[in-house]
Amino acid sequence: MKSMLIAFVAIAVIAVGSNSFLGQAGFSSQEAATGTAVRLDN
Amino acid sequence: MFRALLALMLTLSFLSTAQAQDNPTPDRSATGGAQTLADILARQNGENVDNDFRSSVTGNPENAADMNGQLGTLGGASDPDLWRAFRFGSADITASNNGPAATTLVQDGGMKWLKLREGPLATYGGYLLLATLALLALFYLIRGRIKIDGEKTGNKITRFKAIERFGHWLLAGSFILLGLTGIISLFGRKVLIPAFGHETFAFLAIGSKWIHNNVSWAFMLGLAMIFVMWVIHNLPDRTDINWLLKGGGIFTKGHPPAKKFNAGQKMIFWSVILLGASISVSGLALLFPFEINMFSATFYKLNSLGISSALGLGELRTTLAPHEEMQYAQLWHAMVSFVLMAIIFAHIYIGTVGMEGAADAMVSGDVEEQWAREHHSIWAEEVSAKKQSKNETATPAE
Repeated sequence: MKSMLIAFVAIAVIAVGSNSFLGQAGFSSQEAATGTAVRLDN
Repeated sequence: MFRALLALMLTLSFLSTAQAQDNPTPDRSATGGAQTLADILARQNGENVDNDFRSSVTGNPENAADMNGQLGTLGGASDPDLWRAFRFGSADITASNNGPAATTLVQDGGMKWLKLREGPLATYGGYLLLATLALLALFYLIRGRIKIDGEKTGNKITRFKAIERFGHWLLAGSFILLGLTGIISLFGRKVLIPAFGHETFAFLAIGSKWIHNNVSWAFMLGLAMIFVMWVIHNLPDRTDINWLLKGGGIFTKGHPPAKKFNAGQKMIFWSVILLGASISVSGLALLFPFEINMFSATFYKLNSLGISSALGLGELRTTLAPHEEMQYAQLWHAMVSFVLMAIIFAHIYIGTVGMEGAADAMVSGDVEEQWAREHHSIWAEEVSAKKQSKNETATPAE
């Protein structure tokens, strides 16, 4: 039971972690699809 | 026999000649070689129209009038020439935004994809899941719960270690989340918006998208974990033939011998690995739009190996717009996911309500010894032999 619950927590941690990592690493769609002439969220 | 064959061939050749005569090259003299009303109507009817007559007509700079002449500054391409170049992807475009799709201004795969996605994909996918649930319910009614036949011993033996259960639940938990959010995304416009309205669906769609995109990594990690941990136990061997011939003992008395995983479980394992890997790759293509283009290469291979023509698909198009790559990735992702969901329904059924004692293996990790002896007799023997030899070595020599 403990392994199951730890796995479910891990899913949540991986999801939040990957979201913030990919966002910061410049993999968001808006960053990937815009050129230098575009200011995002400024 | 030979005469009959000859007659058949002759008939077929006449038929093909007749067909060829039915489709002569259309007369486009009235439009000066441009497309006619018949061409437009044929296209709107979804018929295949040979676009060669216009895809190459994109202007010629050498035909331009002199720069000091009337209209000379327009160059050798008219506006329709320019639009045709956009339409058939031959225009030399420079865009200020990034990505391979930025310079594709017109692509015509969208409607075909949309119709497939909201039509056959959603319909047959939905029916597949419902039919699987109905079959499982019917199976339960006929066969009932598969009980432990013998007397329970009260002894437990460890079937899965903590790390194995962690890997399984990482995969299982993420797959259920991905399945649910995938279904929400696919059935949004056709089912959920009409049923619950735009605002509710907007909330659901944003949440589903976030979960689907980010939980996917846990799925891929879980898939890699179970592959590494269990592949050695899932290689086919002779016991599988016997197990399959006896139908796993589902409708007969007694259980065919099995190792740690029986043939049915091996089929589930390989389905999860192969279909899961395929879903992961197409999912990565969707996560990083236009970066992973695999369908033109796949279609090329299918053409060159003759598989596409053997399947009656003819020569598949290998020059795809970046958007078409994404459209195919989405269709394939959803199709394979529906098949895997149906398989997993059966897996969940047999692991929970369908069989007494099965769920313990993945919840606590320990199973009733009698259950192990009935369903995995060879494995149970191995475990008890190991235990015995351990006990013997642990007993001090007298």
